[in-house]
Amino acid sequence: MSQTIASTGLSPNALRYRKARDRIVEFFLLAAGLVAVFTTLAIVAILVYESSAFFQHVPLKDFLTDTMWTPLFADAHYGILPLVAGTLTTTIVALLVAVPLGTTIAIYLSEFAPHHVRETVKPILELLGAVPTVVYGYFALTMVTPALQLLMPELPGFNMLSAGLVIGLMIVPYVSSVSEDAMRAVPRYMREGSYAMGATRLQTALRVVVPGAFSGLAAAFILGISRAVGETMVVAIAAGMQPNLTFDPREPAATITAYIVQVSLGDLPHGSIGYQSIFAAGLVLMLITLIFNVVGFSLTRRFREAY
Amino acid sequence: MSSAHTASYRNVDALRAGLSRRKTLDQLFVIVGLIVMLACLMVLAVLFIDLVRDGAPRFSLDFFTNFASRNAERAGILAAWVGTSLVMLVTAVCAVPVGVAAAIYLEEYAPKNWFTAIIEINVTNLAGVPSIVYGLLALGLFVYQFDLGQSIAAAGLTLALLILPIVIVATREAIRSVPNSIREAAYGLGATRWEVTKDHVLPYSTGGVLTGMILGLSRAIGETAPIITIGALSFIAFLPQSPFTSEFPFISFQWLRDPFTVMPIQMFNWVSRPDQAFQANAAAAGAILLAMTLMMNGIAIWIRYRFRKKINW
Repeated sequence: MSQTIASTGLSPNALRYRKARDRIVEFFLLAAGLVAVFTTLAIVAILVYESSAFFQHVPLKDFLTDTMWTPLFADAHYGILPLVAGTLTTTIVALLVAVPLGTTIAIYLSEFAPHHVRETVKPILELLGAVPTVVYGYFALTMVTPALQLLMPELPGFNMLSAGLVIGLMIVPYVSSVSEDAMRAVPRYMREGSYAMGATRLQTALRVVVPGAFSGLAAAFILGISRAVGETMVVAIAAGMQPNLTFDPREPAATITAYIVQVSLGDLPHGSIGYQSIFAAGLVLMLITLIFNVVGFSLTRRFREAY
Repeated sequence: MSSAHTASYRNVDALRAGLSRRKTLDQLFVIVGLIVMLACLMVLAVLFIDLVRDGAPRFSLDFFTNFASRNAERAGILAAWVGTSLVMLVTAVCAVPVGVAAAIYLEEYAPKNWFTAIIEINVTNLAGVPSIVYGLLALGLFVYQFDLGQSIAAAGLTLALLILPIVIVATREAIRSVPNSIREAAYGLGATRWEVTKDHVLPYSTGGVLTGMILGLSRAIGETAPIITIGALSFIAFLPQSPFTSEFPFISFQWLRDPFTVMPIQMFNWVSRPDQAFQANAAAAGAILLAMTLMMNGIAIWIRYRFRKKINW
């Protein structure tokens, strides 16, 4: 009998062993969970550490006010403004595409489409978000730019317009998917109240569901902005890599991310000012993303509807 | 409500006109919505057809067995697809165990307190960090601090960190969908927490774990920016050392330290050349890359569907 108990792991010794094993396993699981925390800490530490070396050479005032960014030239200027302008311009163009298209698709899928259409279209839209960004870059350079040049013959081969448009298309699935989830979370009785007053589906969607889901929509737009700001390959391929202080999307310009790529393609010695400058650029990129997220979060909080 | 307003609504004709106008708008939106949706789906088709058409002259066995070359017609993707396979191997081996373990901790073990909240917030935030920032992290940490250099190991670790949130989120969802009654039944028979997890919760969440793994890898396979940032070379005319050797112990990990290139970098290199002949190479590489990504996503969708159908609590 005792044999049987030992073999099923119920003898005191076996029980002690199983409990000890449990504690060891828990320790390893916790360590895995902490990898995420350490990654965040490491990102912040690396960016701040290398940037602080950069700012020992470059006064913060020059960094923020100089209108030229030429860290690799003999006559070096370290003004981040041209890169920020490029990033904001492509982001704005992308949002002008993604917000209307994404919201329209979300309203259609959530309020109008039959169940089977929604279940078929959603995974296909997700595929659109899974396409490698370097492929989108090729698309922007070899298809969208020539097509735009038919409309605007003076458009240069590299321009922010084409890159922004393609980024916009790329983030439509993110915007539509998160918006749709938010709209579906609006309780059914609110729609029924609206229908009972004689409203059509469109009126219900625009005046009841969209305002009700506003905080979720804001979250979707913020997600889209974060994607567009951090997008790298499309702008590196299609927008040119020349820093250019302009908000005109028809011109070529470098974004923060394109600059990082451009420097990384060369062979810069570890510890040089050019090497440090990409970390300073990365820090600015993180701060821009952070600002949009904080603004978005406070907007979301302010307009949250509780049911 | 003003009396004039009320009066106008007593007028049945006006009411009908308003109603038919609203109904027309409603129908109009259905058409607009359909067009917008189809247009976005068309983009995917146009993208693929365009790549296949432009790349058509390059599709041959030689394209897969040739190294990069100055001559566009002889240039192939041998180094790139071997590099991509090895980097993906490292990424999967690192990201899947850590991601699954972290998800198990958060769902099955973690107490509800500020400490757990910090881990959760970190996972959410990491999913939103631009991929190029992971490249900067890897450049500072893996390449120089850990002295891994511009190697397959450095790239694999970078992409592993990048897809960790995807694996964690997918696994957590799968674990959460296992009903509590299963856990309680196992606890009732005297199982410890790890036994419950390993023998019951994990086997039932296999579908979700697999889906997360494939989706994560399909994201990693197309990532270009972080790999460029760590300084991968784009012109590689040799293969990493073979993992199998003729001498004892017959297996070598030297390839982990070798320089490499991957598919998206090879494509980027070809796209950014002014010579038009290389655009065909870029298109062919892009078509193969896109086909791989779409296939992985397709498999993930299929697995999700299969497991959802099979399990009936």
